[in-house]
Amino acid sequence: MDTLGSIEVAVRVAWLAGAVAFVIGLIRMNSPATARNGNLLSAGGMALAIGATAVLILARQLLGEGFSATGWVIILLGVALGGGLGLWTARTVKMTAMPQLVSLFNAVGGGAAALIAIEDYLRLASLGEPVRLDHNVFIVLDIVIGSITFTGSLIASGKLQGLIPGKPIMIPGGERGRLALAVITLIAAVALFVTGTPNVALMLVILAAGLIFGVTMTLPIGGADMPVVISLLNSFTGTAVAMAGFVIDNPVLIIAGALVGAAGAILTKLMADAMNRSVINIMVGGFGGGEGVIGEAATGGTVRSIGVDDVAIQLAYAQSVIVVPGYGLAVAQAQHAVRELADLLEERGVDVKYAIHPVAGRMPGHMNVLLAEANVPYPQLKEMEDINPEFPRADVALVIGANDVTNPAARRPGSPVSGMPILDVDQAKSIVVIKRSMGRGYAGIDNELYSNEKTGMLFADAKQGLSDLVAAVKAL
Amino acid sequence: MIPEDVLLLLNNLTIFTLAILVGFAVISKVPATLHTPLMSGANSIHGIVLVGAMLIAAEVNDPIGYVLAFIAVAFATMNVVGGYVVTDRMLQMFRKKPAAPKPAEADAEA
Repeated sequence: MDTLGSIEVAVRVAWLAGAVAFVIGLIRMNSPATARNGNLLSAGGMALAIGATAVLILARQLLGEGFSATGWVIILLGVALGGGLGLWTARTVKMTAMPQLVSLFNAVGGGAAALIAIEDYLRLASLGEPVRLDHNVFIVLDIVIGSITFTGSLIASGKLQGLIPGKPIMIPGGERGRLALAVITLIAAVALFVTGTPNVALMLVILAAGLIFGVTMTLPIGGADMPVVISLLNSFTGTAVAMAGFVIDNPVLIIAGALVGAAGAILTKLMADAMNRSVINIMVGGFGGGEGVIGEAATGGTVRSIGVDDVAIQLAYAQSVIVVPGYGLAVAQAQHAVRELADLLEERGVDVKYAIHPVAGRMPGHMNVLLAEANVPYPQLKEMEDINPEFPRADVALVIGANDVTNPAARRPGSPVSGMPILDVDQAKSIVVIKRSMGRGYAGIDNELYSNEKTGMLFADAKQGLSDLVAAVKAL
Repeated sequence: MIPEDVLLLLNNLTIFTLAILVGFAVISKVPATLHTPLMSGANSIHGIVLVGAMLIAAEVNDPIGYVLAFIAVAFATMNVVGGYVVTDRMLQMFRKKPAAPKPAEADAEA
């Protein structure tokens, strides 16, 4: 074997090592204690794979086809620009805005995967030779999935950022339009497969259809459903990258892409399950109004309003308090205020725990991140299965901006939230709900918890209400 | 006798299928607490597409190709760098209280 051959082998071994690092990194993300280390391991594997690729390109040029300065200029400029932008946004983003940034990174990843197939197709077209069927199939799949995830993730990101209204935007004839796009794509793809001769125009039709499909797929979905959509699109990007791996016969792209494709699929299902909805339902549905939905006043049962001072006394003289933070807390960015209140209570000897529903916040686990950012120690964050048995022993359950995940109606059939796993807040000895109004939650139904005789409603914005509580507890 | 291109396809399909199964096995064990960092971490892993973008960029030789390759490399690098940095920022917050924990807390944990 010549020198180039040996280098090719070494590079492939490095790629394999990178893939191993990705898998072990993900395994280490099982536990908060090893998660950071796992992410660093994964990043190390990535650096190794990318470095090895640079060596491979250089070796091929110097020992074979000749040095190409243009190629290197493109690579270095692209790395500088993309790396700079990525580093800057990732360093400066507020943790509450993190889901839209993840969606943005997802968009560019999908875009890059689609571009690889497009470039490869243009290269084949310039050669003018017939394209093998399997190669054709992977190119088309890469372009379709990559373009859908590119525009879809951009729209999702824009919705979360507030650049595009979060409420569902219904496109007239939307479903028929999407069906038409799918049919066009299918016809164009079959035409490409059957003839086998490269046809750039048809490829562009497929690309355009995918880009439009991504927009029309995401626009009708409400802001509250976005986490599920981002997760789904994350899975799509992984799959697109795996397809790009088939296109250029690169095993590390196939492995990493398939890993992420599986990860996103599992996460999507977990999230949809926790919201008691099916993924299909969300994609077709177009409801889920998101934040700021103010429904009518609750009916069936009287609601007891309670003042800040009363709540402060209840909390300060309790033995154990369980805080139930929800979407409203994230929207009001009240995570620091809640930590301040919890610290104050702990100083008075109150045992404070947080009950985290799997879908609290805007993404699964998002609430944990927000509270971690506010320096809440993670052992205090209890997952649903662990905290539910503790509610009957809790003196006060403090519900902040959480709604449907506390609704006891979920235990009975016949309600839109039926079957959704909920936090057993109603079993606490006393319940305080901080809420701006009697508005309904995401499911659009009344919450029976609010008319429970043990429940006091503190009508306030989450952040304002918590600051008032802190002041009131201090004054005691 | 299997032709070489078919053998390559079969190899790739084998790798693809097994990697999907590994993905399912690894991810299903992650607690909900870490789902957001996990999603973000998985998001950075598909930044591996940079390897493909670089390999393509080294081979293009026409203006359209230059532009597409440049965008692909820039996109992919943004995915990799931004993804890992933001995931690390999140995970760095997942630690026990930096200050000395109060005894009451330790009791509550036990």
